[in-house]
Amino acid sequence: MMARLLDGVAGRGLALLAGLLAVLLVVPWVANDYVLTVLIIVFYSAYTGQAWNVMMGFAGQLSLGHAIYVGLGAYAAAALYVHFGVAPWLGLAAAIAIAAACGAVIGFLAFRFGVGGVYFAILTIAFAEFARIGFDHFRWVGASSGFFLPVANYTRNDLWNLRGDPTMFYYVMLALTVVAFALCHVLLKSRVGYYWQAIREDEVAARSLGIDTFRYKMYAIVLSAGMTAVAGVFFAFYYNNLFPEQVFHISRSIELILGPIIGGIGTLFGPLVGALLLTGLSEAMQELLTALGLDVPGAKQVFYGLCLLVVVMALPGGVWPWLAGKLGVTGPRS
Amino acid sequence: MTAVLAVEGISKRFRGLLAVDGVSFQVAPGSIFAVIGPNGAGKTTLFNIIAGTFAPDRGSIAFGGERIDGFAPDEICRRGIGRTFQLVRPFPALSVEDNVLIGAMLRQRDPASARRRAHEVLARLELFGKRHQPASALTLPDRKRLEVARALATDPKLLLLDEVMAGLRPAETDRMVSILSELNREFGLTILLIEHVMRAVMALAERVLVLHHGAAIAEGSPDAVVRDAAVVQSYLGAEAVD
Repeated sequence: MMARLLDGVAGRGLALLAGLLAVLLVVPWVANDYVLTVLIIVFYSAYTGQAWNVMMGFAGQLSLGHAIYVGLGAYAAAALYVHFGVAPWLGLAAAIAIAAACGAVIGFLAFRFGVGGVYFAILTIAFAEFARIGFDHFRWVGASSGFFLPVANYTRNDLWNLRGDPTMFYYVMLALTVVAFALCHVLLKSRVGYYWQAIREDEVAARSLGIDTFRYKMYAIVLSAGMTAVAGVFFAFYYNNLFPEQVFHISRSIELILGPIIGGIGTLFGPLVGALLLTGLSEAMQELLTALGLDVPGAKQVFYGLCLLVVVMALPGGVWPWLAGKLGVTGPRS
Repeated sequence: MTAVLAVEGISKRFRGLLAVDGVSFQVAPGSIFAVIGPNGAGKTTLFNIIAGTFAPDRGSIAFGGERIDGFAPDEICRRGIGRTFQLVRPFPALSVEDNVLIGAMLRQRDPASARRRAHEVLARLELFGKRHQPASALTLPDRKRLEVARALATDPKLLLLDEVMAGLRPAETDRMVSILSELNREFGLTILLIEHVMRAVMALAERVLVLHHGAAIAEGSPDAVVRDAAVVQSYLGAEAVD
């Protein structure tokens, strides 16, 4: 397992990665809560971007409705906690199962009946919108007036119930990001990862090599949905409030995919680099605007648009393949 | 000796066009069998029916004694029929090695042993030196050989080749011919090829089937077929006989 984890990683890249991880581990001792909060958002975007990348970057299936899996995961774990006192780590299993089942339904409908490309993307949007409207009327979880987790001043961190200060959430989200990264690395080097890439590159040719493309596309959507639901559970317990209009909204699905697109679709580091760039730069810009005494609503969205524009024009493969070349680390598809 | 591939009365209609019209033939194990005919004769349709892209309207196909007509392309490959595409379909962003590796993973689930198998195939197809290049960077002759390498990596009993010589210069054609006849001789690989390049057909095939307007008009040894009056009339032109 360990050998497989390190397989194909250049020495220099490995040293860089170890250094980065060491720095991230000590950050909470030196940084204030604001920096921690920004980094939590960075990890959250990197994690969800990585999960989305399994479907689009690896298997070539464009989902524009990934908010549905975040939302289902968030509501499932939150409802179990609020109504039945089930700890989030147990609720996680239910969250993953529900989101994965939803992914399986969408995947089955699309892949069995030959819905691909743009039409598949539209189907994913339709399901997310359906969920948004459905949850708006779902009284058991607060419907459109929102669903709230109990908030109190915690004297100590309760990891089991995910109640605590930003430092605890920081480490939880960092761990999730590292695990997702390692999982994707191993997957990409395994049979399923190669089969996904074959499907992404040319599905007809993939079938001619004996690949059951329906089955492998199902694996991709179920895994991606399950992984995304984990982020949803974190989202619920970190923000403590859930509104269908926000959680399931299409803008959430779009935000989720900007990181990997800007960082580099189909690469392992792309979602990380993209999340860091987008969140880091947009926070810095907000700070700058505040310092200048300016209040510009929508500045973040305009900024995202500009980032996307620059990357699409100048670096269509994303920032990471270019950066990897500059750093002299592993190949562009790592 | 029972045939590896037995095609019986295959027909396929696309709306008004009868693309393949009651074609039957048998391919003996370890042989090289060619299907020739003018453009639009139904060769590629026939090929796609065998490979599972289309189901035939009528007729049956048996491979190793088992009915396979109507099976999906991936099921047919898993049973031991490898194919290439007339318009090559490499996985462009992946390396030449990974292209072949994906083929090899059908029989070798473990990536390391699949990679070893891919290296053997790459060496045989004279692509080993280019294995780290992205497939999109290859020239057409190299892409044609990559098609063969990828199909061969699935360890087929029968290899279907759809115009792998088209667009190659004579020297490259001869190279491909020698690679294919080696594979046939050394491993007893059965090959069914669709080909326009008569130079290759004459050098490789033991038996030739000639299609015209979807129907078989002649079958026999290459020498006999090129002398057949109907074939000369419909396809080769009088000068080809010399």
